Amino acid sequence: MISKKYSIAELETKAYEIRVDIIKMLEHAGSGHSAGPLGLADIFTALYFDILNHDPKNPDWSERDLFLLSNGHCAPVQYVAMAHAGYFAREELKTLRQFGSRLQGHPERTKLSGLETTSGPLGCGLSQACGMALAMRMNSVRDDGSNGMNKDLHRWVYVVMGDGELDEGNIWEAAMLASKYKLGNVIGIVDRNNIQIDGPTEEVMPLDDLAEKWQGFGWHVLEIDGNNMEEFIDACSLARSIVEKPVVIIARTIPGKGVDFMEYDFRWHGKPPNKEEAKKALHDLRTLKGKIRGEHE
Amino acid sequence: MNLYLVKDILDKEIAQEPIRKGFGKGLLEAGKIDENVVAACADLTDSTQMSLFAEAFPERFIEIGVAEQNLVTTGSGMAAMGKIPFVSSYAAFSPGRNWEQIRTTICLNDRPVKIVGSHAGVSVGPDGATHQMLEDITLMRVLPNMVVIAPCDSLEAARATLAMAKDKRPNYLRLAREKTPIITTEDTPFEIGKAYVYAEGDDLTLISTGTMTYHAMVAAEKLYKDGIDAEVVHVPTIKPLDTRTIIDSVRKSKKVITIEEGQIAGGLGGAVAELLSEKYPVKIKRLGMKDRFGESGKPDELLEHFGLTAKHIQFAAHKIMDEK
Repeated sequence: MISKKYSIAELETKAYEIRVDIIKMLEHAGSGHSAGPLGLADIFTALYFDILNHDPKNPDWSERDLFLLSNGHCAPVQYVAMAHAGYFAREELKTLRQFGSRLQGHPERTKLSGLETTSGPLGCGLSQACGMALAMRMNSVRDDGSNGMNKDLHRWVYVVMGDGELDEGNIWEAAMLASKYKLGNVIGIVDRNNIQIDGPTEEVMPLDDLAEKWQGFGWHVLEIDGNNMEEFIDACSLARSIVEKPVVIIARTIPGKGVDFMEYDFRWHGKPPNKEEAKKALHDLRTLKGKIRGEHE
Repeated sequence: MNLYLVKDILDKEIAQEPIRKGFGKGLLEAGKIDENVVAACADLTDSTQMSLFAEAFPERFIEIGVAEQNLVTTGSGMAAMGKIPFVSSYAAFSPGRNWEQIRTTICLNDRPVKIVGSHAGVSVGPDGATHQMLEDITLMRVLPNMVVIAPCDSLEAARATLAMAKDKRPNYLRLAREKTPIITTEDTPFEIGKAYVYAEGDDLTLISTGTMTYHAMVAAEKLYKDGIDAEVVHVPTIKPLDTRTIIDSVRKSKKVITIEEGQIAGGLGGAVAELLSEKYPVKIKRLGMKDRFGESGKPDELLEHFGLTAKHIQFAAHKIMDEK
């Protein structure tokens, strides 16, 4: 179990290191997604180094929190965060997308322990999170209605979704289910970076007013700057205190965050940097020296 | 091996019951045996006979609403926590609508979700082609890790359900709406992955699954009177296919007719043709739906129209026997 408490400054440095490794691994792999993983680096750092109750040395620990990456194409940031947290050696990051690697192009649970599911095709993470939460509730109540083992009641199910992914109907089916069954231990995190493959989300298929949509589906909504470590960590603790309904954190992030020429550019959604671009990207990141803060600050 | 089948298949008064009823009873029983058995349904709880379980174990039942993608993905999440989820709807919608979710979150993800598709085949009747699922066996059979089961009567459906609750793999169970003659008994064996020789004969092998096994049995009786000794191999598990039992029978007869209430392309007929063309090429005729949809009508009327009765099997048998 990770018990060390890191300071915000330490977490920000860690997020910087994770971004550096994302660039390196993508350049090495020669394919993969750049923008989403860079934008999510702060959230994943917070999850794996502060928020999740987990044990990298014992991935199947029965009391762990559950974390699902619904938009599986952001796998690079999850792999790097897992390697830094101690699930496997950082050296293995070089095998991303290669034949025989545990680090598949999109995450596969049966290949790499520490992953809770297999994802890539979009829209399926939230309903799996609901299934997990429902099963936990069943474990806590016996057939005769009396309380069983309540340990599962203190476990949380976090699921990261992309915003483009919200075009999928399956997400909203799950949103209704979570609301109907008052799944208070499900915490949805929407990576609101406003881009998807074909262009800006508001041109491809408008999502706004996104907060109102989730509210309309019965969720408690928190809106934050997803590149601000402190705001995200605070939002997660607030989310855990709201037990009567599911909570979604709409985390506004900057796609490609930290690398000047990638930021806000949807063309970087699905491609890796080449050697030259990687060099420039690492220079950009170094210049910022991990002092990455949200644009609104 | 004694299979303890009903003695007089031709009895006009033979007991009948919808196959889905057997699933309902089997699930209730499975729920009593193992408290990890849970269920979810997409607004067809009574129709799919999941209601027996839902009433007995309300806290273990999830009503999903009309959302088949959510049905199977929620099932995957429950299975991740050690549950054995049975998820039901009409076969046209699940696995008809949610194939990719089944592929990714259940098969590739290797979670033991039990997908139950009721109202398969043209015998659904008046509801018409939209609700008569014919492609489910094909769709499920091509998925790695998936087990595909189509019981022949309600008693076998109950046994199959109990076996599924113990199986660690993703499973698909195909059910039918209409009453089907009960040809097995409480003592008839059922094991996932096994085919059974329901009638012995050397001249011809009839390979059938689901509702069509009764018709194959009746056809075999009639053929015997015509001087043709037909063997009936009942294949309740289409995947994994019991290749040994099938090839053993075909080795004797050298002639095969497959019968199913679904598309022959990729269905039981497809599976048997694939097997025999590689391992033991013989003359084969496939009965079933041939690249077309069903339509509204009475169940018997439709089975007659689409050539899925004992009479049609008998006709096809004579034809294949006459061919040089």
